[in-house]
Amino acid sequence: MLDLGTHASFIIAAYGVTFIAVGALVLATIEDDRKQRRKLAELERLGIRRRSAKAPASPTVKTLAKPKATRAPAKRKAAGPRGGKARS
Amino acid sequence: MISLANPTRFLNLVDRVVPWLSALVVIVLGIGLYLSLFVAPPDYQQGETVKIMFVHVPSAWLGMFGYILIAIAALGTLIWRHPLADVAAKTAAPIGATFTFIALVTGSLWGKPMWGTYWVWDARLTSMLILLLLYLGLIALWQAIDEPGRAGRAAAILGLVGAINIPIIKFSVDWWNTLHQPESIFRAGGPTIDPSLLTPLFVMAIGFTALFVLLHLIAMRAEILRRRVHALQQTQVERAALAEA
Repeated sequence: MLDLGTHASFIIAAYGVTFIAVGALVLATIEDDRKQRRKLAELERLGIRRRSAKAPASPTVKTLAKPKATRAPAKRKAAGPRGGKARS
Repeated sequence: MISLANPTRFLNLVDRVVPWLSALVVIVLGIGLYLSLFVAPPDYQQGETVKIMFVHVPSAWLGMFGYILIAIAALGTLIWRHPLADVAAKTAAPIGATFTFIALVTGSLWGKPMWGTYWVWDARLTSMLILLLLYLGLIALWQAIDEPGRAGRAAAILGLVGAINIPIIKFSVDWWNTLHQPESIFRAGGPTIDPSLLTPLFVMAIGFTALFVLLHLIAMRAEILRRRVHALQQTQVERAALAEA
C-alpha cells in the first residue's frame, strides 16, 4: 500500500484535481473532434462538399462529373529555323 | 515544413501522427506516474509532499509554453495572415488554461502544508494567476466575435501584449523577494534537485508535453473541420435560397 505520510490528503487532492482537469480536457477535445467529423460527414452525405474535395466513387456522382477533355497532342511545327530568316 | 501549412496536408499528417502519439503519451505517463508515486524517495525537507511537484512543475511549464505558442502564432496571424496560425492560437488557449489552472491548484495544495497557507500575493503566484486570466480573456474574445478572421486578429493583439507576462513569471523569483523558491532546475550551475527526484520530474514533464501536443493536434483538426462545416452550411443555405427564388 502506498504510504503518503502525514500530508496524504493534500497529495491525493493534488493528483485528483490533475486527473479530473486533464480527463475533462481530453474528453472535451475528443468529443469536439468527433462532433465536427459527424457534421462534415452528414453534409457530405447530403451532397454538399467542398469544391476541392474528391468526388465519391458512386456511379451517380461520376455521371455528374464533367469528363476530362481529351486533347490531342498539339502538332509541333515542322522543323525549321525558328525566328524567321536565317542570319547570314 | 511549409507544405504542412496547407490545412489538408496538415490534417493528413495529424491522422497519421495521433495514434502513435497517443501510445507514447500512455506509456510515458504510465512510467512517470509509477516513478512519481512508487519509486521517488521522500524529500529531506518536504517529505512525501514532493510528489505534488511531479504534477505541479510540468503543469506550470506547459501553462507558459501554451502562451508562448499563442504569441508565436499571433505573429503568424498578424504578419502572414495564415489561417493555421489562428487555428493554432485558438486551440492552444483552453489547453494552456487547463495546465495553468492545475499549476495554481496543486501549488496551493503544496503550499498549505509547506508554507502554512494556500495563497500569498507574491510575484510568482500573482503572475501565474494573471496568466490564467489572460487565457480566459482570449477564450472569451474568440467566443465573443463570430467572424473567425476578426476574432483571430483581435486575439492575436491581446496574445502579443500578454506575452510580456511570460518573462515576468520566469524571472519573478529573481527580481522580487518571493515566498516561492528560486529557480532550482534550469539555472546556471545545474539543477539543485537530487537525480532520484529529477528523473520522475523529467519523465512526467515529457509525458505532459506529449499530451499537450497530442491534444493540440486533435483540437486543431476539430477547429479546421468546424470551419469547413460552417462554410458548407453557408453553401447549403445559399443553395436553398436560390432554389426558393
